[in-house]
Amino acid sequence: MKYFVLLAADGEVPSWGGLTAEEQAGLMEKFGAFDQACAARPGVEIVSAEALEEASTATTLRTRGGELTVTDGPFAEAAEQIGGYYVLEAPDLDTVIELCRVLPAYDMEIRPVLDVS
Amino acid sequence: MTWRSARSSTSPDGAIEQLYRAEWGRLLSQLVSRTRRLDLAEDALSEAFARAAGRWPAEGLPANPVGWLYATAYRFVVGRLRAEAVAGRKAPLLAVRPGWVPPDEPDQELADDRLHLILLCCHPAVPRDSRSALALRLVIGTPTEQIARLFLVPLPTMAARLTRAKKKIVLAGIPLGAPLEDELGARLDEVCRTIYLAFTAGYTPGGGPDLLRADLAGDAVRLAVVLHELVPDAPQVRALLALVLLQHSRRDARLRDGQLVGLADQNRSAWSHDDIAAGLGLADGLEPCDGYAEDLRLQALIAGEHARAATAAATNWTAIAARYADLEARTGSAVVRLNRAVAVAEADGPPAGLDLLVGLDDVLPGNHRLAAVRADLARRAGDLDLARASYRTAIDLCANDVERMHLTARLRAIPAADR
Repeated sequence: MKYFVLLAADGEVPSWGGLTAEEQAGLMEKFGAFDQACAARPGVEIVSAEALEEASTATTLRTRGGELTVTDGPFAEAAEQIGGYYVLEAPDLDTVIELCRVLPAYDMEIRPVLDVS
Repeated sequence: MTWRSARSSTSPDGAIEQLYRAEWGRLLSQLVSRTRRLDLAEDALSEAFARAAGRWPAEGLPANPVGWLYATAYRFVVGRLRAEAVAGRKAPLLAVRPGWVPPDEPDQELADDRLHLILLCCHPAVPRDSRSALALRLVIGTPTEQIARLFLVPLPTMAARLTRAKKKIVLAGIPLGAPLEDELGARLDEVCRTIYLAFTAGYTPGGGPDLLRADLAGDAVRLAVVLHELVPDAPQVRALLALVLLQHSRRDARLRDGQLVGLADQNRSAWSHDDIAAGLGLADGLEPCDGYAEDLRLQALIAGEHARAATAAATNWTAIAARYADLEARTGSAVVRLNRAVAVAEADGPPAGLDLLVGLDDVLPGNHRLAAVRADLARRAGDLDLARASYRTAIDLCANDVERMHLTARLRAIPAADR
């Protein structure tokens, strides 16, 4: 199965800008450990992963009554904290949950990718 | 157990009912494990039992009834899979943990995958309000309309809830076959909570004729029995089984003429003394522990004190009050404090109980039971003004007709204020 893992909010992780260089390095190590943990798991593969620029750089599109409006900012307040995402190939949800424990303690949402085949 | 030992000497109808009660969960767990189609397996097993009911009375029981049911259900699944393939529809399979080996074609012995099925139903990613319903449906075979009755919701609501939960399991990839030694430690508490929730639902007063649904609480007891068979040494499982057996032992004494009967007024000879003996045996053997297991153990000990009292007057309220104090210290629960107040009032007099109610209104706003307890304790303490006011509050807040009538009668029995 393919899973989308959204790093949805900072959770217990202090925001990146407020961290010392050492703390930032510690955080990066966890991402590295996650890569390794995924590589070591049979049937698991990171299909894609990106970190996102901060919410102030977001642009939101909405169509209402057929008319497209373009506004500055994320689509919802809750989305202001979205930090990045992974798309993983993994055999099941429990495997994904186990692996996500390796990541920094962000609030995360896991969703299966819709199979349109 | 072997397949053949399920052969029964009773009538075909009786045998089918007995097989349904005894073997549904084991059969379904096998079908689910082998076909990995939760939806089809459940339909198929229902169909197999329906066919048995159609044929066995005329033709007699097959040599191996459980094997017949399994094979019939399995063929039904295979037929549906074939039809799906022809129609070009590919439904997703239940996920399984890597390394998990599906059971072989059953031979003499029908293996037991019920624990995997229970863990699947109680997975934290399954909506909380669906877990116990799903466990009753899949592991015990409780019909959906009965589960709806248990939880006091309309049948279509419950049917939709079960369908959504099964869909979530399949689409989210909640897997079958997690390594049990890892999973059990982490998840047994939640499994026990799920079962206890189903049990208490049966004793939550509903409206109309279905005031209590002890028969369905009995299905939750059966879930606890199954879990205890599968995981006999886990302290929370033993405490859970002790607790539900002791509470359920009073099922036949809780109602009289359509009215709720309080513990003090129950006919104790109508209690199930088999259940009490089994429950006390389990509860008394439990060592103090921690976590949810200890919460359950304390509640079981409280239920045990009631169960062993030959008369209401013989109840050891001091012991019960002490257990409630422990439980309150552990949980900080306002409902526990309310129960403790009742016990303390019995042990040390109504004023001591009233003292413990101070401050509860803030944490239990709109709770009719708090008002009702205060009213009773005030009446017994001789504070008739407080009693009258509290009965009126309780009557206003109470949603249950029978209970409200009971409270109204109590209020009327207080001499009118003439000063």
